[in-house]
Amino acid sequence: MIGLIINGQPRSFPAPLKVAGLIEQLELRGKRIALERNGEIVPRGQFGLQELNDGDTLEIVVAVGGG
Amino acid sequence: MDQLVIAGKPYSSRLLVGTGKYKDFAQTREAIEASGAQIVTVAIRRTNIGQNPGEPNLLDVLAPQRYTILPNTAGCYSAQDAVRILRLARELLDGHDLVKLEVLGDPRTLYPNMVETLAAAQTLVKEGFKVMVYTSDDPILARQLEQIGCVAVMPLASLIGSGMGIINPWNLQIIIDNATVPVLVDAGVGTASDAAIAMELGCDGVLMNTAIAAARDPVLMASAMKKAVQAGREAFLAGRMPKNLYTASASSPTGGVIASASHGNAA
Repeated sequence: MIGLIINGQPRSFPAPLKVAGLIEQLELRGKRIALERNGEIVPRGQFGLQELNDGDTLEIVVAVGGG
Repeated sequence: MDQLVIAGKPYSSRLLVGTGKYKDFAQTREAIEASGAQIVTVAIRRTNIGQNPGEPNLLDVLAPQRYTILPNTAGCYSAQDAVRILRLARELLDGHDLVKLEVLGDPRTLYPNMVETLAAAQTLVKEGFKVMVYTSDDPILARQLEQIGCVAVMPLASLIGSGMGIINPWNLQIIIDNATVPVLVDAGVGTASDAAIAMELGCDGVLMNTAIAAARDPVLMASAMKKAVQAGREAFLAGRMPKNLYTASASSPTGGVIASASHGNAA
């Protein structure tokens, strides 16, 4: 298992886990999102390539209403 | 045709609107359609993990193909955070890089922190973003932001969400006179006449959110704002008459008046 902090919340997942796999498990596949891993943006093209490590901090964002 | 050109791209609507504070997505969509806006701002926030996975997203309602989506940096109090948010926004919008920069200095007044704004603008312009920057109405700072390479400067009319209208038309006029990039009033518009006044002063556009969303009838207000921006723009292009302080000038001929029957006494 690996421990991740996702949007400020600690979560555990079975390893190994790629970013794409995480997106799938969070039911975010097909949604328009952007993802930052340990302060660096992970481009969409890299989702299937980057493997997550224990302790990674992720920010997953969407567009919402605002002025 | 009189078009608004931002970063080389023409737009027929000089009214830009935000997407916040609406009752629901249906009202958001209706109001934006009534406004005729082509550029709409959005905020970037954490997605709700595990809640309502089937819930539609704002961008499902406002197709990025139909509208120019302008991500903002609302809620950012540092240049670093604003830059980070816009990098994420660019990724989210498939490389689209026209952005609204705002760096706030105070949560109560939401007044911009201009030191951080200048710093953020420099970084973003260097990274290739086309920056429309929310700014105080200081003419020197507005010019500096333009010199940094921002594609538009957006001075506040008054505090965000205050509806107070243009509190300092003098500064706004100086900014307009000196700018070589579009000047859009952003923040503080409250009703249609505020938007018309902004355009009459020579602004290139107006950006608003609360003025529409917090009206009793947002869709009707959006329609009013569309007309106000058009009316103000036409009045500006038409060249208004000069103000003649304390001096009247009759509109009807003074010659050829029939002889008066009496002088001031009731019959």
